[in-house]
Amino acid sequence: MNDFAHLLDRLAYEPRRNAKLRLLQDFFAGTPDPERGWALAAMTGGLTFREAKPALIRALVEERVDPVLFALSHNYVGDLAETTALIWPGGTEEKALPSAGEEAPGLGHNNPPPSVPTLAEVVETLATTPKRDLPRHLSRWLDALDETGRWALLKLVTGNLRVGVSARLAKTAVGALGGHEADAVEEVWHGLKAPYAALFAWVEGRAERPESLNPAPFRPPMLSHPVEEFEDLDKLEPEAFSAEWKWDGIRVQLAGGRDRQGRQVRKVYSRTGEDITEAFPDLAEAITFEGALDGELLILRKGRVQSFNVLQQRLNRKAVTAKLLDEFPAHVRAYDVMAAEGEDLRGLPFAERRPRLEALVRRLDHARIDLSPLVPFATWDEVAAARADPASAGAGEDADAIEGVMLKRLNSPYLPGRPKGPWWKWKREPYVVDAVMMYAQRGHGKRSSFYSDYTFGCWREGAGGEELVPVGKAYHGFTDAELQKLDRYVRNHTTKRFGPVREVAFGRETGLVLEIAFEGVQRSTRHKSGVAMRFPRVSRIRWDKPAAEADRVEVLERILARGEREIAPGATMEASE
Amino acid sequence: MGDARPISRPMSQSASDLLTLTREGLYCPLGRFHVDPTRPVERALITHGHADHARAGHGQVLATPETLRIMAVRYGEDFCATRQEARLGERMRIGDVTVFFAPAGHVLGSAQIAIERAGQRIVVSGDYKRAADPTCLPFEVVPCDVFITEATFGLPVFRHPDTRGEVRKLLDSVALFPERAHIVGAYALGKAQRVMALLREEGWDRPIHLHGAMEKLTELYKREGVPLGETPKVVAADRKTLHGAIVLCPPSSIQDLWSRKFPDPVTAFASGWMRVRARARQKGVELPLVISDHSDWPDLCRTILDTNAEEVWVTHGQEDALVHWCGTRGIRAKPLHLLGYGDDGEAEPDPGQDLGQDPGQDPRMEEASA
Repeated sequence: MNDFAHLLDRLAYEPRRNAKLRLLQDFFAGTPDPERGWALAAMTGGLTFREAKPALIRALVEERVDPVLFALSHNYVGDLAETTALIWPGGTEEKALPSAGEEAPGLGHNNPPPSVPTLAEVVETLATTPKRDLPRHLSRWLDALDETGRWALLKLVTGNLRVGVSARLAKTAVGALGGHEADAVEEVWHGLKAPYAALFAWVEGRAERPESLNPAPFRPPMLSHPVEEFEDLDKLEPEAFSAEWKWDGIRVQLAGGRDRQGRQVRKVYSRTGEDITEAFPDLAEAITFEGALDGELLILRKGRVQSFNVLQQRLNRKAVTAKLLDEFPAHVRAYDVMAAEGEDLRGLPFAERRPRLEALVRRLDHARIDLSPLVPFATWDEVAAARADPASAGAGEDADAIEGVMLKRLNSPYLPGRPKGPWWKWKREPYVVDAVMMYAQRGHGKRSSFYSDYTFGCWREGAGGEELVPVGKAYHGFTDAELQKLDRYVRNHTTKRFGPVREVAFGRETGLVLEIAFEGVQRSTRHKSGVAMRFPRVSRIRWDKPAAEADRVEVLERILARGEREIAPGATMEASE
Repeated sequence: MGDARPISRPMSQSASDLLTLTREGLYCPLGRFHVDPTRPVERALITHGHADHARAGHGQVLATPETLRIMAVRYGEDFCATRQEARLGERMRIGDVTVFFAPAGHVLGSAQIAIERAGQRIVVSGDYKRAADPTCLPFEVVPCDVFITEATFGLPVFRHPDTRGEVRKLLDSVALFPERAHIVGAYALGKAQRVMALLREEGWDRPIHLHGAMEKLTELYKREGVPLGETPKVVAADRKTLHGAIVLCPPSSIQDLWSRKFPDPVTAFASGWMRVRARARQKGVELPLVISDHSDWPDLCRTILDTNAEEVWVTHGQEDALVHWCGTRGIRAKPLHLLGYGDDGEAEPDPGQDLGQDPGQDPRMEEASA
């Protein structure tokens, strides 16, 4: 447990992906089974057990430490788990304390030192132990662990373990032990169970590749590269490509198969392989095939695609109620097929997969699954025209839910990952507004010495006249040279400091205008302005523009209004228009 | 000074006759001198060379020979009108009181100052630690009636780990990332040299590269007989070639452009504050090293008991918790709100650093220097 805790500790401080990867690899290579397997489970969200309540932790520590001193400490540190970890008497690093009177009875010197628990012991005990025994186990472990170990244990048992590592990165590190790509690990992942002994045996070359026991496994998706400007297309021959709409939804995978008893297995996966079937019973119900479809999750009402705003109200809901299913009906617009009728189709070129996809969707004949239509074209100019005005190019009423076009090479197989060349995404032109820099914060990693995160605002009529109100935050879009200038600007125009944040001078007469590009606007209860941008970035620095001429919040509200022309739940088409 | 404690004293004399608080800091009316005054005074007794305790511009300064030399290096030879060396343990008559210095274990030359009159003894500990430090003499317990303690780490969450483990963390990171430079923020006086000595103890025999601001004091330590090995000054143009190097710089430089020119730098910081994660994060530290020149909580408590003091005055730091703890032990205690010392410890501006360059650093964090 201590080793795992120290890994978490290092990861929590390490901002660089490659360095995290190195730390993970180092840990997996040097830690035996099943300890490393449970660690992998902890990092990929694969642990389930009864969580301990903060009140329980507090009670344990107050049995051992003067409550006044604990309260002062908690106040200072600001985190219950960390305060407890730091203040816990005993522990392996304890010196001979003069404050013996504060120690709990039973911690006397006659008892042998408790043995340091393994992560395996912790996880297995938590999974099986009755609630009333939890305090006893916890205090025994806390006595045996060092400070970092106690911290990690408390974060783990209270369900607050934030690792700073994605499941994908952990899998990448495991794969790298045997020179495998993360995708190879993904392929076998859903057949495996913690603590993953078979997985480690395989990547270390000690055993065969584990048979996937999952009849409906996740298949890592194929990703695209962006078309930055029209000239990028000059190198590509239009006749070698197919075009389709890029939908503004969430990429999902529908997988079906039959288990050994011949029962249908239905799975909905997110694009990273997360099993989200339980959140989408309405989609799962449609998975009556043996195979895998790649498509976009959308909300359709009366046959019309709703805005991303609406989709968001369906996502991330813990409870899937009948009302939610009714008001936010999920739909998949399919654009590729990886397997059908038990056959892996990923080796086929797109031109052959597409008819298989069309046949499958037709055969399914399900209201929740339809086909993403192709966009016919002969030249790149025609694609550009469709991209600029999807409504006139066949998308009709759904045009607002389109964020660009996808170009797919006809002869390309389905390649997991992001191969350069076969798939291109060409997004619509972003929206832009001119906003005024209001606050700046230091960045991370390589940028940690620079003020690189900017909060910017637009004008509105306030109680006391014209005022700037924050509308968003951006931290990229500029070059390193521009960053140096912005950083200097922030330092030279600071008016207030709030911890790591600086307020810069802004007003009618003073302030720096940033041109912000973004993909859309959502309602926000968090921002004072009531709106939040999607993917905002600095597209230009307007050193020349007076702050008084920056845009008004109403510009954003108009964009928001456009996106909200969706059909209200339960309303008829006529009523909504 | 290991003599038995005097037993009798006139009932009329109280501790405040020996020591009181003035605008300039602690003042002894019977001896007509200040201890670690924060403004220029006639006569100053200085516990150690950190900038918040040792300031320039006093008339007469009494301090250990090492502290006097440190002050001369930092402020120039004319840092005061006249200076007088205090030899450890040697009793000196000043006005109506007797004074002696005893080692405090904080940094090279650091001392506690004992003030006696008519059988009563007050000890001003200055900053002190009980942990081993290869660069200075260990703390000596001086029994006393009133003990004035610092409380930089005066909360029970502060228990400094074994320094060896912390240095190993640094060396393990160098082994794991041999292509990256490791930039270690450390205070120019004391902490930097202690980290160097600890690295040598752990077998690091390659050069330890120094920021310019550390050079003079490190040379002074070497002259005082502390072996620190090869410590070249970083040449700006060579920074990008220092793969796998360990580089020491003042804390304010770890986030500077200066440190960004090293190959993919790992940012480390050697400080007792690194015990608290939020503190480390605020500073953008990637490799926190919990190495402190102050006493941690158990050592603060232990030292109070060791001195047998009836009364404890608690200065700069987390006074409340220590005062409360004294109460639970039946020891009279009060906070002494000294102005001018770092709220969080040694407020030590880095000499040689242009402080005007980055006024925006959270001031609390600038001071969080222990």
